[in-house]
Amino acid sequence: MNPLVISSVSGAMVPISGNDVDTDQIVPARFLKEITFDQMGDYLFYDARRSDGVLDPDHPLNQSQYAGATVMLVENNFGCGSSREHAPQAIKRAGFNAIIGESFAEIFSGNCKALGILTVTLPKDELNELFNHMLHGMSDQVTIDIDTSTLSVPSVDQSFSVSIKAAHRRAFLDGTWDELSLLKVNDDKINELASTLPYFQW
Amino acid sequence: MVMSKGTLYDKIWDSHKVTTLPSGMDQLMIGLHLIHEVTSPQAFASLRERNQRLRFPNRTFATMDHIVPTDSIQRPFLDPQAELMASTLEKNTKDFGVKLFDFESGKQGIVHMIGPELGLTQPGMTVACGDSHTSTHGAFGALAFGIGTTEVRNVLETQTLALSRLKVRRIVVSGELQRGVYPKDVILKIIAELGVKGGLGYAYEYAGDVFDHMSMEGRMTVCNMSIEGGARMGYVNPDETTFAFIRGKDYAPNDFDKAKAYWTSIRSDDDAEYDDELVIDGSTIEPMVTWGINPGQAIGVSQPLPSVKNADDPATAADAFEFMGLTESQSLDSISIDVAFIGSCTNGRISDLREAAAILKGKQVNSKVTAMVVPGSQQVAAQAEYEGLHHIFKDAGVEWRHAGCSMCLAMNPDKLIGNQVCASSSNRNFIGRQGSPTGRTLLMSPAMVASAAIHGHIVDVRKELPE
Repeated sequence: MNPLVISSVSGAMVPISGNDVDTDQIVPARFLKEITFDQMGDYLFYDARRSDGVLDPDHPLNQSQYAGATVMLVENNFGCGSSREHAPQAIKRAGFNAIIGESFAEIFSGNCKALGILTVTLPKDELNELFNHMLHGMSDQVTIDIDTSTLSVPSVDQSFSVSIKAAHRRAFLDGTWDELSLLKVNDDKINELASTLPYFQW
Repeated sequence: MVMSKGTLYDKIWDSHKVTTLPSGMDQLMIGLHLIHEVTSPQAFASLRERNQRLRFPNRTFATMDHIVPTDSIQRPFLDPQAELMASTLEKNTKDFGVKLFDFESGKQGIVHMIGPELGLTQPGMTVACGDSHTSTHGAFGALAFGIGTTEVRNVLETQTLALSRLKVRRIVVSGELQRGVYPKDVILKIIAELGVKGGLGYAYEYAGDVFDHMSMEGRMTVCNMSIEGGARMGYVNPDETTFAFIRGKDYAPNDFDKAKAYWTSIRSDDDAEYDDELVIDGSTIEPMVTWGINPGQAIGVSQPLPSVKNADDPATAADAFEFMGLTESQSLDSISIDVAFIGSCTNGRISDLREAAAILKGKQVNSKVTAMVVPGSQQVAAQAEYEGLHHIFKDAGVEWRHAGCSMCLAMNPDKLIGNQVCASSSNRNFIGRQGSPTGRTLLMSPAMVASAAIHGHIVDVRKELPE
């Protein structure tokens, strides 16, 4: 079987509240001055996690009960702003495999997919329910089954029907979320199109 | 369901489609690929690791912008990280055969300035770049959008991308703009109307009298900020204004008439169908100012700040008031500024500098304000100096800098300090965007920034314009 096939994602959740969380918050621009992504995991929410330069105990990523979480729970329009892949790289390198939210910015969710990070959406009411559960100490594993688009939350004995973009769902199940090989297969067609586009000839 | 038919978007998409991939996404040919120092090194490293070459090396062009210091471009840069980014781009472009517009070329600048200036950006193209403000190039009637670094690698290696088709929303701005109201105000108004996520899943087509009469510089300002409204791309149908801008540029097509025929053919049809439409009366738009922490939190300059209770998103509004240190119903002219920044890919063009200079001529910047003008490109700088604008700025106490992205995102030494308040002609007022985690940004037109710099607080530029 293709080792890149991802049919489900499991892990503990961490709640990151707030609408319109932008990629400048996920990784501040000053950390983009590196020519590799190697260190990006260290910079995840760098400023948001700190107050006056000191780790803020109120930020969920600084709280011990969420240590080891691999699924991020977020709100609306998460990942808006810059197209910097540094943001999903930081998320992945900090150990996260999936993000559950009300909606995601277009470029961000595409960048996540290209790295094998699953982004799924839930209606606001159900999302709020999950945030509430988290407030009340829910800390165990959740599972997202990609084939059935189901989020299972055993601790409250509930399952939710999540939305996954059709193309993303297919790509995870086929193991083709990194599209490069799919694109390269069509090299003859690329040549053919290049010979017909008017401005390629000018 | 995507329904649009006969739009420029549909025509360019269809003509650039290589095939449909098994995932249902389309494989799309990219006509123009622009790269810069921040989002390309990891892509080149990936090619190197696997011993791959560029598929169409003459369709990628490079420049340096994000990390460029604006006080001195003497090499090596004082910041070793910035120097490494610059030298890595130089090595990568040399090794892989990509044309680089460096400082010596006289044509270096923000990547979204130089594409149009060089005539590289043309109607009917697909344009991609590892920067979300690539939407700028849509001003020419191109499908232009930002991509991540994995996608940069895909374009370098295949000249194609896997993409899902967007819906098309037509945004008509009718009538005539008031004096003192600029393209920046138009796009801030559109984002305020539709919200920062209103454009998710959409491409925006800008149309109507206001756009028909708008300069290419103005169209670029509007298309640039499409992404701030959640739309990955925005465009204006090409017309005589577009063609006149391209004519004579370095990379303009030799057979201009033939090119014009193609460019005209990709315009949206008169009976094109759209997924959605919004009409705004342009004559009602005021100079706009953002007061919060996202570009949708903007109001007309004569309006009081909103209340949390009545805001579209009360939770975000509450966060914004707290972060900005502002109070409900406060008037904009009561907000003092510490810094004034004119520049960026949104408003660093020659027309922007002329508008700012018209306000600053013979005036002095308030003694409590630090003001700087950062031209968007070396060509803009040269033109401004030819027109003597730099003297107007310097005489007014404004710093005149080298070209780059500068304090729009503060990857170079130009940063806010502490919780300074900055009147900025840039595109994002996100928390920490201008280099200080507690720095505060108010977005507005260059003329509004210039007026605020003189008075030390927000003022209505309509009252400042020379007769």
